[in-house]
Amino acid sequence: MRAPIPLQAEILAARAVGGLSRLAGAGGGTTLPGKLLWKLDPSAVDRLAARLPRGSALVSATNGKTTTAALAAAILGPRTRLAHNASGANLVSGVASTLLADRDAELGLFEVDEGALPEVARRVRPKALCLGNLFRDQLDRYGELELVAERWREAVRRLPPETAVVVNGDDPQVGDLASGRPGALVFGVDDPRHAHPSLQHAADSKYCLRCGTPYEYAAAYVGHLGDYRCPRCGHARPPLDLAARAIELDGLEGASFDLSAPAGTTRVRIAVPGLYNVYNALAAASLTIALGASLDEVRLGLERAGAAFGRFERIAIGDRRLLVLLIKNPAGANEAIRTLVADGGPRLAVVALNDATADGKDVSWIWDVDFEPLLAGLERVVAAGDRAAELALRFAYAGFDRGAIEVLPALEEALDRGLELTPPGGEFVVLPTYTAMLGLRKIVAGRGFTRPYWERAA
Amino acid sequence: MNIRVGHLYPDYLNIYADRGNIAVLARRAEWRGHRLEVEAVGMSEPLRPGAHDLLYVGGGQDREQLLVAGDMAEKAERLREAVAGGAAVLAVCGGYQLLGRGYRGFHGEDMPGAGILPLETVAGERRMIGDVLLACELEPGEKRTLAGFENHAGRTRLDAGAEPLGRVVAGFGNDGESGYEGCRAGRVVGTYLHGPLLPRNAWLADWLLTQALAHRTCSAEVPRFEPLPDELEAEAHAVSAQRARDRGGRF
Repeated sequence: MRAPIPLQAEILAARAVGGLSRLAGAGGGTTLPGKLLWKLDPSAVDRLAARLPRGSALVSATNGKTTTAALAAAILGPRTRLAHNASGANLVSGVASTLLADRDAELGLFEVDEGALPEVARRVRPKALCLGNLFRDQLDRYGELELVAERWREAVRRLPPETAVVVNGDDPQVGDLASGRPGALVFGVDDPRHAHPSLQHAADSKYCLRCGTPYEYAAAYVGHLGDYRCPRCGHARPPLDLAARAIELDGLEGASFDLSAPAGTTRVRIAVPGLYNVYNALAAASLTIALGASLDEVRLGLERAGAAFGRFERIAIGDRRLLVLLIKNPAGANEAIRTLVADGGPRLAVVALNDATADGKDVSWIWDVDFEPLLAGLERVVAAGDRAAELALRFAYAGFDRGAIEVLPALEEALDRGLELTPPGGEFVVLPTYTAMLGLRKIVAGRGFTRPYWERAA
Repeated sequence: MNIRVGHLYPDYLNIYADRGNIAVLARRAEWRGHRLEVEAVGMSEPLRPGAHDLLYVGGGQDREQLLVAGDMAEKAERLREAVAGGAAVLAVCGGYQLLGRGYRGFHGEDMPGAGILPLETVAGERRMIGDVLLACELEPGEKRTLAGFENHAGRTRLDAGAEPLGRVVAGFGNDGESGYEGCRAGRVVGTYLHGPLLPRNAWLADWLLTQALAHRTCSAEVPRFEPLPDELEAEAHAVSAQRARDRGGRF
């Protein structure tokens, strides 16, 4: 047996590595110190988390965890010193790195990868856990949806009874996690005016958890999220403790809604667009209320907050603008497209598909995305990224004119082509997958138009 | 001419973008002056032998696959009749397993199969996930490749003498050890390859369409299509094939 290294020495060594990584130009250095610490002594994460005087809160979901955590940080930030993994490093090592960096924090606020949730929850022993949604995503990495759901069930079962569990009741698998936990907070959308006429193609959890019968939806809002009920056994959306009602979507500018909470109702305005961000705001509101925030703090925080890094971003390049919306799975991409189209829809789009581990090596998901409403308004589309040709096929088989599809795998060429096709003062839309988004940001930062993310996140 | 497609359980078996395969069949038929008529054949809906020239069965998660397995067994007799009558079939992933004699799950649970293809599947401990490249020869002398992605826990074993769809150039294939992938019996093709399969392997889409047309016209002769300018398809195939060579799965 190796003698345990004192925690303080491990911390110093790991911090030094983070600094070196940045100095060496290897990138943000956001996970390296944590990786090292975790290698040296996995339980150091537990001890670091235990030192936080107000404990930790965890956020997990297939879609929206980064934005939800960012919104929660905006609500809690004014009164609480946070250790928050804002750069999106959301594995155990990322949590460890954040704990190392923010020594004086009172509260840990961590977005956590769906697959990593059981281990992070076991080590960090959160005060509150917020679970947003489960969509099919990167099946090559996470396995089937059912597998992730089972791991979440197990993680929730192992939580101490005093941990506040906050769940999205509109997702059958996620809402069910609140059953048998007194004091759990259930949130959901309650505004059928914004429902889809039918379940989308990519809807996932369509069959009753209890008996396998297809759910009937009084309202389907985003993918399979909505007001469901099993016609056979009666399994239905649980009663909502927090709800968004009277929702007004204001194109790409944002949204407002009545937040109805146990303590009362308040009108909330958010600067992030689309119904999916209403869900994120609801999640952040519910989590922070579980942690003791007042309704006023929630309202002010949500109004103050911008989008999380790279999820929805306008970047000026000279006299033209890029509008970047991250896409990573069918449910999320459909919402990005729905939001763009509701705003009138662009004439030109650059779509960038990479297939690195963080994007998912299996690119079949692009065929489950409803690109058609976007394509209907486009005059030209640039297919970019390592799997540009596959994307081009997706558009061609949707019936888009092959002559109006340009295949430019190199991100820099695609970016320049987008700029070239955009008149001065104009804006063009970029829909990148995760590593394509990082690649694009690097190019843009290299030209001096935006700061690298590890500086922004600081 | 109308090519009639029966799409089995589209609400349940659609996990790996199966609608991409259908879109490719529809467009490529259209570009040859034909029309694809797709009928969904769902749970407890009858399958009428002879009513479809091509049957399509996609992939599902374990939960969905289990939900349809019983119904599939009830349709098996009609399915066999359809196939004996010369209908073409493409079955992908879960659909491929369901066309065999059965599937034994990891916890020992048994799922019956339709018994159309001479094979059996047993769940293994480690999933076989990654890019795949196959070498095929569906028609004597016509050597082709198929590039795709596989993600399956099932180990599929073909009966002695059964014809695989192709030889594994890179990736796992049926069971990670035989060196073969998929199964082909006449006009029936079963495979683990998704991605989806047909956009980047347009030749197989055309092969299936011509087989379906032969059924439609009750002709012993399979028609031939004029090739299309498939530059994008060829490029997507090349990238996918290279991925398999570079990072295709192996234990």
